[in-house]
Amino acid sequence: MSVNDSKRRKRFKKNSPLILKYIILIVAAIFILFPIVMIIFGALKTRGEFMTIPYIPPIPPRWGNIKTVLSMPIFWYMLRNSVLVMIATTAGVVITASLSAFVFSRIKFRGQNLLFNFFTLGLMFPITVAILPIYLVIRQLGLTNNLIGVILVQIAFQLSISIVILRNFFMAVPFELQDAASIDGCSTLGFFWCILLPLARPSLAAVAALTVVTSWNDLLVPLVLIDKEKLWTLPLGTMQFQGQYGMDLSLVAAFLLLSAIPALIFYLLAERQLVSGLTAGALKG
Amino acid sequence: MSKKTSDKVVRILPQTNNSTWQLQENMTIMLFLLPAFIFLSIFLVYPIFRSAYFSLFNWKGLGPAVDYIGLENFRRLIADQIFLKAVRNGILIVVFSLLIQLPLAMGLALIVGRNIPGRAFFRAIFFMPYVLSEVITAVMWLILYNPNPSRGFLNAIINIIPFLEPQAWLADTSLVLPAIFVVLTWKYIGFHMLLYITGLQNIPREIEEAALIDGVNSHQMVTHITIPLLAGTIKTSVYLSIIGSLQVYALVWIMTRGGPVNASEVMSTYLYRYSFVRFELGYGSAVAIVMLLISLTFSIIYLRLTRKAEYLA
Repeated sequence: MSVNDSKRRKRFKKNSPLILKYIILIVAAIFILFPIVMIIFGALKTRGEFMTIPYIPPIPPRWGNIKTVLSMPIFWYMLRNSVLVMIATTAGVVITASLSAFVFSRIKFRGQNLLFNFFTLGLMFPITVAILPIYLVIRQLGLTNNLIGVILVQIAFQLSISIVILRNFFMAVPFELQDAASIDGCSTLGFFWCILLPLARPSLAAVAALTVVTSWNDLLVPLVLIDKEKLWTLPLGTMQFQGQYGMDLSLVAAFLLLSAIPALIFYLLAERQLVSGLTAGALKG
Repeated sequence: MSKKTSDKVVRILPQTNNSTWQLQENMTIMLFLLPAFIFLSIFLVYPIFRSAYFSLFNWKGLGPAVDYIGLENFRRLIADQIFLKAVRNGILIVVFSLLIQLPLAMGLALIVGRNIPGRAFFRAIFFMPYVLSEVITAVMWLILYNPNPSRGFLNAIINIIPFLEPQAWLADTSLVLPAIFVVLTWKYIGFHMLLYITGLQNIPREIEEAALIDGVNSHQMVTHITIPLLAGTIKTSVYLSIIGSLQVYALVWIMTRGGPVNASEVMSTYLYRYSFVRFELGYGSAVAIVMLLISLTFSIIYLRLTRKAEYLA
């Protein structure tokens, strides 16, 4: 795990025996998987077993912790809130961003560049930096302790990146298609709805996948805007849960495992879309 | 659309030049841009101006801000040793990332980005932590770093290795930052690897083949051909590391609250503490403005750099 290591890796890149590459990959994979496996072990032990030797596999597995978490009403509230926020944010981002991206990619008008710079302001700074001013505005609007506040802020901060990604994808759709459609009597609106959007489905999926993960994992916005326990999202609840049950590590591990499962399932299903959204956002932004 | 008759085409085509069509186009522009414009104005631009205004007041968030103190908040901020420590820690995290995390990510990308059996499997594993939230990551590592050897996995393992002593990890002022950095690497190495893989895939095969024919060895290939061709991707990755280090919040706050004795304080935890724990909203606004200026500066530098060098993306 040093600079020398990685230099060596590069040097050996082409001619090194395959076995060395696999050793590096396996060591790295163990580093990545180790914490996750340990949490699974911990979740399936009793509190007493957890406090003896932590790295021993849970044989036989104990399902008590999992059952305890699943029987907590608060866990289901959090899950519901997270799902609600995630769906509303994703829908909001995909709709709003595709409208703007369409205009910026397909219609020429005066002041376009200036306006596009305004629309990509969100790329300039992370939400962490702006969270205090946002809190003040949401408080002014009376939307604290309201999931709508969380949704609006999450949409706003995901817009710039999404507009950039979608604009690039939309621009790749041949302009001849637009001319042909307009000769066939299709209005600009009709072209957008009937031709561009269906063609751009993969890019919409990429933007949606990116938004799902960002919204699902967001802690800061709900932390700042939400007090009421019933409105906690999963990340916020996980943080509070850790504070409350911090001593009972096996229960915390079970909670972590259960709150990680939706994200991991989503990752398995939408890895391709997520990766394409992320790389498009990073490399073309 | 294919059903449209030719006389309709004749009727519509001339319209492209007249004013009703232009009006319709302008309406489309307005209506389509309006939703995003409203979102960005209310939740991005307006808050920042408001924050700039409040940064000039001594204001605890109750009632209107009336105690105007000019630039006093900024003066206090620059003189505060803890803030300077937070800035220093942020810089350290960036340096760690550039010297350790990014080269490692590049190394993994060079191995896993090309035709090696099982690459999809390894790629999926390395990228997995990225989808887990920072909260899950933080609590997970909090358990691993537990100082009690019969509870914390790391110390349990250290305990069975002779000559190694269990460490306090997050409670040790000199170990806490490296410990947090390990977690950051765990979570984000896959993301940077992914960027490099994408960059690698965009390098035309012919260039490397031509170089091979010219007789370069594999070391020269990487240092003289592959890495220079990845320059754009590397710049992006560096920029995202810098912006990301400004953004590190949840990980640090949950694992250490910036402690022990501010040893792991970063700007975002400092901002959070003053704004939402002590509710010194005027002072917090000043912190936010300073952080904004820092990230804006980096963004502008980055834009300048990338606009000059057109890269393969």
